[in-house]
Amino acid sequence: MAITLSGDHAIASPPLSARLTTPQVWGIVLLAPYILVFLAFVVYPVGYGLWLARHPASYVALWHDPIFARAAVNTLIFLLVGINIKMAIALFLSGFFAQQRTWIKWLSVLFILPWAVPSIPTILSVRFMFNPEWGVINQLIFKFTGEDGPNWLNDPTVALSMAIGVHIWKSLPFWTLILMTGRLAISHDLYEAAEVDGASWSQKFRYITWPSMQTLYITCTLLSMIWTLGDFNSVYLLTGGGPADLTHVLATLGIRYLRLDQLSLAMASIVCALPFVLPLVYFMMKRLSR
Amino acid sequence: MKLPTLREIGTEAKLLLIGIPVFIWTMVPIYHMFLFAISPKEDAFAGKLWPTHPTLNNFSIVFHQQHYFLRDFWIQFLNSVVIALSAGALTLMIATAAAFSISRLRVPGGRWVMNLALFTYFIPAAFLAVPMYRTMGNYGLLNNHWSLILAMVTIASPYAIWVLKQASDKLPVELDEAATMDGATTLQLFRLVYVPLMMPSLVAIGTYAILLAWNEYLYAFLLLSKDTEITLPVALGNFLAADDSPWELLMTTGFIYALPPAAIYYVFKRYMVGGLTAGAVKS
Repeated sequence: MAITLSGDHAIASPPLSARLTTPQVWGIVLLAPYILVFLAFVVYPVGYGLWLARHPASYVALWHDPIFARAAVNTLIFLLVGINIKMAIALFLSGFFAQQRTWIKWLSVLFILPWAVPSIPTILSVRFMFNPEWGVINQLIFKFTGEDGPNWLNDPTVALSMAIGVHIWKSLPFWTLILMTGRLAISHDLYEAAEVDGASWSQKFRYITWPSMQTLYITCTLLSMIWTLGDFNSVYLLTGGGPADLTHVLATLGIRYLRLDQLSLAMASIVCALPFVLPLVYFMMKRLSR
Repeated sequence: MKLPTLREIGTEAKLLLIGIPVFIWTMVPIYHMFLFAISPKEDAFAGKLWPTHPTLNNFSIVFHQQHYFLRDFWIQFLNSVVIALSAGALTLMIATAAAFSISRLRVPGGRWVMNLALFTYFIPAAFLAVPMYRTMGNYGLLNNHWSLILAMVTIASPYAIWVLKQASDKLPVELDEAATMDGATTLQLFRLVYVPLMMPSLVAIGTYAILLAWNEYLYAFLLLSKDTEITLPVALGNFLAADDSPWELLMTTGFIYALPPAAIYYVFKRYMVGGLTAGAVKS
């Protein structure tokens, strides 16, 4: 009787170790380190951050902070203007670098440099070039015109455009490389056939290149948007958010509040960006995890 | 010898018309940094395009730590090396184990973990920095190198797992079956079959994680603050705080700091381009 009972019991719910095969147990063991990292440094911080941002008062305070409104607008300019310019240039240059020429191959080796070297020394280099007194740009302007050049980083519009320029300088090589891979995948026969039919440069682009690359281009643009939202260096190292906190973007604004010990505002400013980020993330995940 | 036709010359001229601005645009900030590094202070600040007396004196000052800002140059350099190598090694271990588990052992829930990892990959780095900073404080890790190492592992792992999983999926199942038939245990399969076959991808991912950690500024600047604990980029950023920053030394230090990643990139280029552009690497 007792034996039957324990037998029934075993069938109803076998111990976990019996249900898993040895490789599966190893699978769990080998996956555990990443899961621990994920729980400790993604789940807990994000959860804790959201908890810190739970008070509606933070959002009211944000709404009344003119720096936040300015940072939100700057972020939009960065995304809409900056990224579209960057991706359009990348698309154009991907065609240039796809040309079979020895000197273009060599140029492409140099062209990668901005992406390969860390941002801080190069952005500081740009910052010094535009120093109103000692920078090379104003020195040259003085040499040729005899007049003092503008104080470049003192005008928020100019400073923001320059931050966008720095961002483009840094990430253009990467996107050009990706789009070039896409271009090289297009069958050469199509171009040869078009050539025979006497198609012009713009017709070849419109009817062959663009249709083949459209999806890749859109994916790259969206991915670039997500990463640009997290680009702290371009703005912080060039302008520090200045002059008068007018060139902040959301990435630097969160850190600014953090430095001022206003943690709930820092988190709230990030939470405000989530309605824009999450759809992008969802779309990217769907595309990449096919 | 065949003379180029007029049409060919025209095409070449058009290409040059693109190539020359691209060259200038790419090189100016880098050349400017190099120019400062080899210029005495007077030349650097006079807006010259080539110094009258090129010198390696700035390098000597940096290497001998002969300036207030550079007192801890070597220890900061070492901090950068230790953190980059640790983050690289740890990312490789964690991501390789995870990719093997998900792709080869088909662990239950593996797909889920993969999606969560991808999700992390898309969180903008500056957004995660705010809560991560507080969390590191709660864990008591602030000003400890482990905080930066673990932060870099957290950021590098998702992409690493994703790339390694894509590569693992391409290995034929028959390999695992044959090894198991021969009596290999799961760990032997991992060590003797999987890791050797994955070597090119592992090199690419290791390089990626090392470069990511070496180049990182934001997290380093938030998580570390003591002069003898900070990494080189944070030390460079601290130059900015002063009104009379020695810019020629800042640029020299920056140039030294930028050399290793550029060199590593060119040495491992064939692995990087093959392994990384398959997906899309975090810039």
